[in-house]
Amino acid sequence: MKARQLWMGAVLLAVVGAIVAVLLMWRPAIVPATAPQRFEAAQVQRGARVAEAGDCAVCHTRPGGRYLAGGLALVTPFGTLYSTNITPDAETGIGQWSLPAFERAMREGVARDGHLLYPAFPYAYYRRMTDGDIADVYAYLMSGPAVHSPALQNRMNFPMNIRPLVSFWNLLFLHGQPLTPVAQQSATWNRGRYLVEGPGHCAGCHSPLNPLGAEKSAQHLAGGMVDGWQAPSLLGLANRTTPWSREQLTGYLRAEVVEGHGTAAGPMRPVSLSLGNMPASDAEAIADYLLSLKDPAPIAPAAATARPAEVVEQAPGAQLFQSACAACHGPAAPMRQIDGRPALERTSALQAASARNFLKTVLEGVPVTPGLPGPVMPPFAASLDNQQLAALAAFLREQASPGQPWADLSSTLHELRQEAQ
Amino acid sequence: MTHMTLNVNGSPHALELEPDMPLLYALRNHLGLNGAKYGCGLGQCGACTVLVDDQPVFSCLTPCSGLEGKAIRTVESLGTAERPGPLQKAFIETQAAQCGYCIAGMLMRAQTLLERDPHPDEATVREHMASNLCRCGTHLRIIAAIGRVARQERSAP
Repeated sequence: MKARQLWMGAVLLAVVGAIVAVLLMWRPAIVPATAPQRFEAAQVQRGARVAEAGDCAVCHTRPGGRYLAGGLALVTPFGTLYSTNITPDAETGIGQWSLPAFERAMREGVARDGHLLYPAFPYAYYRRMTDGDIADVYAYLMSGPAVHSPALQNRMNFPMNIRPLVSFWNLLFLHGQPLTPVAQQSATWNRGRYLVEGPGHCAGCHSPLNPLGAEKSAQHLAGGMVDGWQAPSLLGLANRTTPWSREQLTGYLRAEVVEGHGTAAGPMRPVSLSLGNMPASDAEAIADYLLSLKDPAPIAPAAATARPAEVVEQAPGAQLFQSACAACHGPAAPMRQIDGRPALERTSALQAASARNFLKTVLEGVPVTPGLPGPVMPPFAASLDNQQLAALAAFLREQASPGQPWADLSSTLHELRQEAQ
Repeated sequence: MTHMTLNVNGSPHALELEPDMPLLYALRNHLGLNGAKYGCGLGQCGACTVLVDDQPVFSCLTPCSGLEGKAIRTVESLGTAERPGPLQKAFIETQAAQCGYCIAGMLMRAQTLLERDPHPDEATVREHMASNLCRCGTHLRIIAAIGRVARQERSAP
């Protein structure tokens, strides 16, 4: 009798478990949209601005590939993902997606056919967008040219190659609600907050991630790592040793070279180029909001006592600066006078606590942007060896932050070279 | 002055150089390899492009001091006037040069792409070549010449 009850209990548990799992993991397909849709030009135009705000093309266009046709590799700790085709191609893009299917993807991370999308697609932030913006960007995407470009096979590690497991991630981390404006704040501030926390998904890079790849919510916007670059903290920007002004931040966000901070490099470069395509008022709004964020735990500047035992010799770095950098960044350089190249000691990369972004910029440079005159910086990865780079970094760091040398140059360089392999 | 040995086009060359001398000057003034040109001196035009360990570098901004033990290649390694290499031949057949000043750099940058990817599509070629400029405006013929090599090798047995 007892055994029979236990057995029944186990079966019941298994059945309930299976039902819960199915409810959690299964999402229905949404019927394909068949009739071609037409949208008003004004709505498509509004959607273009939303697409820039959401940086769609930054991930959904591969270098040298067709606009929004996907194929960019996203290297994550869980494996490599390839962005998908979001042009209106019926077979390989989102041509069969109705507006409700698109909205479900943006808010819940579910594809039209019901499969779960990986959170590398930032639906955790896009879900905060307004219905109007989602409808507008849908109109924009569906009005573009359809490109036939099948998705590339993702290379995710076990167990993250099992998509239904994303439902547990969603259960744990998918909580963001649409934003309601804060009445005491200006319309500009609220617009900035919306762009940062919603479509712009700034926290996707600028927050530290937990072991499951979700944002550590207690450290929202406190800085993170992306593609080997440091995405600096966005808190307390107005109260640093070298504070950001509204004008500087607005220019930086629009890919300009700004006095005192330099220009966006690495993964921020395409983001800032995208922002540069939006009205300047949007970058100003983002600057307003970001500058209002306080840093609850400002990092004390490294004390002079942190100086490593050996005194870093300055002469070799000074010599290298003369032969490799001075033509653009020297005090009398024509590129500085005519084309706004920054004085390196007054750039964020050299003032940062870690050498990483400075070294990454020198190794990789600032690449050409088709259609734009510049700025362009050549990559020095093959031109300078680690010893030279370390000497150069030590020399320039001393100019930027006297008495606060970077302590970890050789090991950081070694890491960066390994990562580049 | 420092004594150093540079490996250029497969041969070692013992030289007495200022360590911060740009590679371009060592190639042209000390080794008589005048293919690479001085264009802007700012890493913005690419006329001075040569290869260091199979990677394109702007030799005007590359100090000699870190180059010992590395394989340096210049346009002279691709072929001679009498026996041009496949890429040089394609440039001649496409008449890709007008004044020719940028061509040595163009050839060397294109060479790195073809060594890595023998059959690049045109978008890849354009992206790869974007950092080298031609003031005469023969970019389209340069791209066509590179495409010609990519296709030739594809149809070869």
